[in-house]
Amino acid sequence: MRSGRGQEIPLRLELRGITKRFGDLVANDHIDITVEPGEVHALLGENGAGKSTLMNQLYGLLPPDEGEILVNGEAKVFKSPRDAIAAGIGMVHQHFMLVPVFTVAENIALGAEEIRGGPLGILDRRRNRRDVLATSTKYGLPVDPDALVEDLPVGAQQRVEIVKALTRDVDLLILDEPTAVLTPQETDELLAVMRSLAETGKSIVFITHKLREVKAVADRITVIRRGRTVATAAPDTSEDELAALMVGREVSLEVSKTPAEPGREVLKISGLVVDDDRGVRAVDGVDLTVRAGEVLGIAGVQGNGQTELVEAIVGLRAIRTGVVELDNESLAGMSTKKILRSGVGYIPEDRSLDGVVKEFSVAENLVLDMYDRPPFGNAFKLNPKAINESAAERVTQFDIRTSSASATVGTLSGGNQQKVVVAREMSRPLRLMIASQPTRGVDVGSIEFIHSQIIHERDNGTAVLVVSSELDEVVGLADRIAVMYRGRILATVSPDMPREEIGLLMAGITGAEPAGEEEAE
Amino acid sequence: MTTEVEAPPPAKESSPKEDGFLTLFLKNLWSANTVTVTVLSIFLALVVGAVLMVVSDSEVLAKFAYFTSRPSDALQASWDLISGAYADLFKGAFFDPASFSAWFDGTGTWQAAFGPVSETLTYATPLVFTGLAVAIAFRGGLFNIGGQGQAVMGCVFGGVAGFAFHLPPGLHLIVALLFGLIGGALWGFIPGFLKARTGAHEVITSIMLNYTATLFLGWLILQSGVQDPERSDAISKTIATTAELPALPAPLRVHLGIVLAVVATAAVAWLINRSSFGFELRAVGVNPPAAKTAGMSVARTYTLLMVVAGGLAGLGGATQVLGTADKLTAQVAGNIGFDGLLVALLGRNKPWGTLFAAILYGALRAGGNLMQVDIGISLELVTVLQALIVIFIAAPAMVKAIFQLRAARSARLGASMSKGW
Repeated sequence: MRSGRGQEIPLRLELRGITKRFGDLVANDHIDITVEPGEVHALLGENGAGKSTLMNQLYGLLPPDEGEILVNGEAKVFKSPRDAIAAGIGMVHQHFMLVPVFTVAENIALGAEEIRGGPLGILDRRRNRRDVLATSTKYGLPVDPDALVEDLPVGAQQRVEIVKALTRDVDLLILDEPTAVLTPQETDELLAVMRSLAETGKSIVFITHKLREVKAVADRITVIRRGRTVATAAPDTSEDELAALMVGREVSLEVSKTPAEPGREVLKISGLVVDDDRGVRAVDGVDLTVRAGEVLGIAGVQGNGQTELVEAIVGLRAIRTGVVELDNESLAGMSTKKILRSGVGYIPEDRSLDGVVKEFSVAENLVLDMYDRPPFGNAFKLNPKAINESAAERVTQFDIRTSSASATVGTLSGGNQQKVVVAREMSRPLRLMIASQPTRGVDVGSIEFIHSQIIHERDNGTAVLVVSSELDEVVGLADRIAVMYRGRILATVSPDMPREEIGLLMAGITGAEPAGEEEAE
Repeated sequence: MTTEVEAPPPAKESSPKEDGFLTLFLKNLWSANTVTVTVLSIFLALVVGAVLMVVSDSEVLAKFAYFTSRPSDALQASWDLISGAYADLFKGAFFDPASFSAWFDGTGTWQAAFGPVSETLTYATPLVFTGLAVAIAFRGGLFNIGGQGQAVMGCVFGGVAGFAFHLPPGLHLIVALLFGLIGGALWGFIPGFLKARTGAHEVITSIMLNYTATLFLGWLILQSGVQDPERSDAISKTIATTAELPALPAPLRVHLGIVLAVVATAAVAWLINRSSFGFELRAVGVNPPAAKTAGMSVARTYTLLMVVAGGLAGLGGATQVLGTADKLTAQVAGNIGFDGLLVALLGRNKPWGTLFAAILYGALRAGGNLMQVDIGISLELVTVLQALIVIFIAAPAMVKAIFQLRAARSARLGASMSKGW
């Protein structure tokens, strides 16, 4: 659907006094933002700060309670995304809106199909396909129009979403947390695409909470906290300053810790082979040791077997061959319950799926793996008194921000949900602590807290295994880093090794000379 | 992108402090909580039922033919029909003032006065058990559609134990009830085990087992040793008096089963909310991966849960045979298993809610009988009423829209019920 507007008129967007309330909660409180043509404008804020609500109003998904939207100085009311698109505003959602079994061209045409044959309304697939290719070439966004979307990697699917928006002739593109699902390489590609789009005169609103990306790509940064614009900053503002603006207080992005004092070998893995759900080899001969009082970080792009490795250790996935030993005792064939109770703490990577039961209260979630052990209960009955008393204590100790311990976990922010998981796993004597993506989707303030808890656990003499696809996190926490690639540990290196070299290892490039202190295989 | 944000209430939201207790109470009453929606659903069903009654009565309909010239005729006739029918529904289900005054005058008996309540509770008793069997399974994420088969097996085991064994009174009853429980539990174990081991969907397997159980019953009552030797049709020997559930003196039919039903409700409520197994089943019910990650055995929970659910339905079947029917016939279990599904839905899968829903169902059934005898409205209309109630309950959004209720989070049953699939 071609709109009648001229192609190359630059778009200047102004939001004035946008206010949105949900009941007593003021999600947006008189927000003013101006996006100049050809500008990459970053909207920075923690989870729940009101960024997505604001953009949903701009895109016609929610009506604002107050305030106005001006496009090129003209006040507009968007009743649906269709109106927004007609005014030249496109949006790429965090969760893609693609039909997996359709081809790329079909997905892009969806909702704006080219029709021929007049009243017959025959789909003009050839013209659709041609449009896709034209847009794709024009903006340097390679997509294969005939590929099925379900076969594409996440980065490519996102490119399809962007091309889809661009074929609608939009001049302003909203990208909602676009890098949350991307690998570091894909993120770099996306940032480059954003820059080149801006150079062709398109404006981009980039919603994120990742400081590094903001600094790399934005022309201007608006920081939102609790529904208000707190600052408009230039990209040369330091990360610490931006973080402080976002959170509202000074935060330390560095993990502060003393050198580790490694003790005995707690976890010993040798020759471990594990398959994924489809029966494809995911972990292909891994050897690892984690000592008491040290943090071993596993770095790697997601999907290189880290998930399966961790699941095999805690007994959630069958071990094909190889040995997993906890203090010289084999864990093979033991149930997850038994493994957890023998002193293993486990923070799963997918918090909302595996970490918490959202319908349960905070108190119930805090005993999710201890409900049938004294003092919380026994094999037959629960002891609500002990559960509630302990919960009240944990809520204070771990700074869980909730109205009460009986509130359901689903009502908490991501960071506080994760604190519930951390509190649960760290409230019993541990020998081994496994933290998988411990701060994914967690706000800056909570990240700091969770990191300090992990280091605290290490200093108590627990062996800690941290898996993260955020290299910064691994480098910050770990005393040794194992780089995982395609189911193998390519090297175990020191966190002092330059980031670029670790990055190369993550991409599977081992280089000529071994740079690590000890080389696996 | 989710856009399902409730329309924000006006900004001048009054703070709780300003409200007196009564206004707060009324406000809560008129918010779309589950109780309000349930009550209004019943009301809506009665309204639609009234329209159906008028439409299906040819005499009343004839008066509508000259509605414009004399509207009072048609309205009067409609009102007489509807008020008479619903008055009968109430009299047949709860109490009839006339029979009470007769009892006080000495012209009637107390049995006649309490007859309606007795009938209501008699019909409700097995439904409490089969309703609980569906409700508890649902809380654990399983859609137990096999309540019928489990209840039939409860009838078979309880009934056979009732006439085949010769035991002292009391003990015999306990053994027979226990057999009913085991029969149902066995029939629940099969789909539970298959689900846990092979992932076979419990809806499919339990539906198939409904047929198996019903046909097994049909075959069994024709076998020698089971069939009544003095009868040629499909009917079993009579339950020994030692195995019968004690009942109030005839003609009242209500028996000890209703007490057992209340005890079972309390037990299920405790099991769900206070026991370790209940914690497991609730966790597995809403988030199996998290339960598994926390070390619970999802397979064990599914199996055990279906055993418990089947046992409950089996007990329901046993109370039907040992309390009401006193012999096995092909239709002995009636529709109690399937009605249990609706009862659980109406009770929102909560134990006490299920108990009240079963009593409501029993009341509709008992009152419907009188409605049929007295005014000649067919019993099917009562079934239609039951169905309407369920439809309105399953569509809380519709009820909310009709009554302009304020949004409340609790009334999201429709979504939660479909999750079982």
